[in-house]
Amino acid sequence: MALLTLLLASGGFIVYIVKQEKWIFNWSYWILVAAFFFHTIFLGYRYALLGTAPVLTLKSALSFFSWCILCAYLVLQFRFRLMVLGSFVAPFAAFLMIVSTALPWAEGPVNPVFKSLWLTAHVGTVFMGNGLFAIAFLAAVMYLIQERNIKRKRLGSFYARLPSLATLDSINHYCLIYGFPLLTVGMITGSIYAQYALGTYWQWDPKEVWSLITWLFYAALLHERLTVGWRGRKAALMSIFCFAILLFTFLGASLWLGGYHSFESLGSRTAL
Amino acid sequence: MMKIITIGMNHETAPVQMRECLATEPDNTLKALKAMRELDCIREAIFLSTCNRVEALFITERETEAKTAVIQLMSELGDMAQDDFLSYLYTLEDLEAVQHVFRVASSLDSMVVGEPQILGQIKEAYSEATRQKTSGVILNRLMHRSFHVAKRVRTETDICEAAVSVSYAAVELAKKIFYDLQGKKVLLVGAGDMAELAARHLMRQGVASMVVANRTFERAVQVAEAFKAQPVSFEEVEGQFLDVDIVITSTASPDYVVTHEQVKQALRKRRNRPLFFIDIAVPRDVQPEVNDLDNVYVYDIDDLKGVVQLNKAQRIQEAVKAERIVQEEVSKFARWLKTLSVVPTIVSLRDKMESIIQVELRKSRSSLAGLTPEEIEAVQTLTRSVAEKLLNDPIVYLKRMADRKTANTYIDMAKKLFSLDEEEDAE
Repeated sequence: MALLTLLLASGGFIVYIVKQEKWIFNWSYWILVAAFFFHTIFLGYRYALLGTAPVLTLKSALSFFSWCILCAYLVLQFRFRLMVLGSFVAPFAAFLMIVSTALPWAEGPVNPVFKSLWLTAHVGTVFMGNGLFAIAFLAAVMYLIQERNIKRKRLGSFYARLPSLATLDSINHYCLIYGFPLLTVGMITGSIYAQYALGTYWQWDPKEVWSLITWLFYAALLHERLTVGWRGRKAALMSIFCFAILLFTFLGASLWLGGYHSFESLGSRTAL
Repeated sequence: MMKIITIGMNHETAPVQMRECLATEPDNTLKALKAMRELDCIREAIFLSTCNRVEALFITERETEAKTAVIQLMSELGDMAQDDFLSYLYTLEDLEAVQHVFRVASSLDSMVVGEPQILGQIKEAYSEATRQKTSGVILNRLMHRSFHVAKRVRTETDICEAAVSVSYAAVELAKKIFYDLQGKKVLLVGAGDMAELAARHLMRQGVASMVVANRTFERAVQVAEAFKAQPVSFEEVEGQFLDVDIVITSTASPDYVVTHEQVKQALRKRRNRPLFFIDIAVPRDVQPEVNDLDNVYVYDIDDLKGVVQLNKAQRIQEAVKAERIVQEEVSKFARWLKTLSVVPTIVSLRDKMESIIQVELRKSRSSLAGLTPEEIEAVQTLTRSVAEKLLNDPIVYLKRMADRKTANTYIDMAKKLFSLDEEEDAE
């Protein structure tokens, strides 16, 4: 149901970007809100069922990620009233959901060690941060397209539809400012949880290392932005690059590099 | 036969001196409406007077008389001899007039096609006419339809979107870079008509402050006064790059006034806040390589002209769409106008029904004497609803036939069937 409404909303947003009619946007927007609503119910149900945040398999993690992006978008929509952003966000979230739906169910009983509020806090904050970073990434892509249009003096239909450079840059900025503390808090709660569950704060697990790398890159970007006054193209490129690392951390480190964060070990009862 | 007529002059048919004569007096509209209200031959009237057009729109049954009267009125208002301005006038009738009104309202007939002010001006003229009670059934409908057409044209086409002048295009670009021009600072280097026009457009968008530089400082002071800006000497220009956001250059200098190196230096100090150069000068004032710097955008006169060209082409395309919408609405309005021809018949049909009811009720008064007032009321309601039900089908049928060529046959038939003519003759 959530996927269906989300797809509908994505379709609506794509039509909106072509047709540029306000009522299409309004409809798509409310359909998206409905999608978000269903998704929330679904996640709540899963939470109740598993007794912990439904993020232990790749399937449910993707679904949760998609939810976080939607959540971040809706907050931003409230703040910036930027219609065209939806045309980028909705399809992206829909894509994640499709992948998530396509993956097979593979869930055994949950290891009791995961039934902890710390896990929920850890995953919740990290994913919220990731959601904001995803939007920062999308805004950066839009920024680069628009910047190219203006620099090359090719003012086609995309130029008219995309928002101003200043708006895109400030969305990017806003997402970083709020995403970064969330990521930080997520990592801290993660380590507290590790102490509580595994008896050590840090154990050089591949995912931990990659998270740290991601964190450092985002810290660098934020630092450059705040002190040196980086903005525009460079900042956009950097935030795209950072997001690529983030994706690798999220998917690559969990799937290929192993360690206790990997979905394989998360799913099995014998891990740890 | 009722006719819709519009008589007027616009920017195409009359030179500005002519239009001025009619448009200068602010209460001309009021005078004209009052005068037209006094005229017997004019049923309804609206008077529109803007800087680009003066028009009288009216409904009349006595065509020639009304036309002469309106032209007479206009010549008096403008204090011009009739012979002088007769050749500048256009007169349109019926559907052509309707089409004209629709086109004017949706800004297809404006000097700058797509400019949005005209609709407001028409609304103003219409509300004046309603205040003076010179507008009636037909013009009310016509006006409301024209607002509707204007809205359709605005939402269904992109005619209003595109900037078609160089200075306006520059403003649009600035908005795509900075989003909000509120609080931004502009530097004007050199002076010229086009540069000043661009500056004026920017000021209107809420630009906070402006700095003017010129080779001759006196000239800078002069221009600065006109804009309430701050004059600076030519040597200070480079330092200004640190605070300003938009730079408009239009000097006569044969060399580049703004170089790559200068801007690069400034950028670091201004923490990469975007900088937008609008170079209107020929030969160019801004070194083209400046555009390669991040967060700096340079548009020279050719680039801007390119934008305008693109927009103009787009506008022509959109105008075709808009004309189709106007055509559609004109034929809708024509259909409505035709239904007016059956209105008198329907009215007399209803009158006849009403009088029959009254007569019959009077006849039965004695036999109904024993009833309570409530019961009498019930009987009346009953009678009326039977009569109305009976008349409903013929009326609907007449309305449907109203836009056929043979409408008159049906009207005659209805009159004969219900012997309406005799009724009228008898009165």
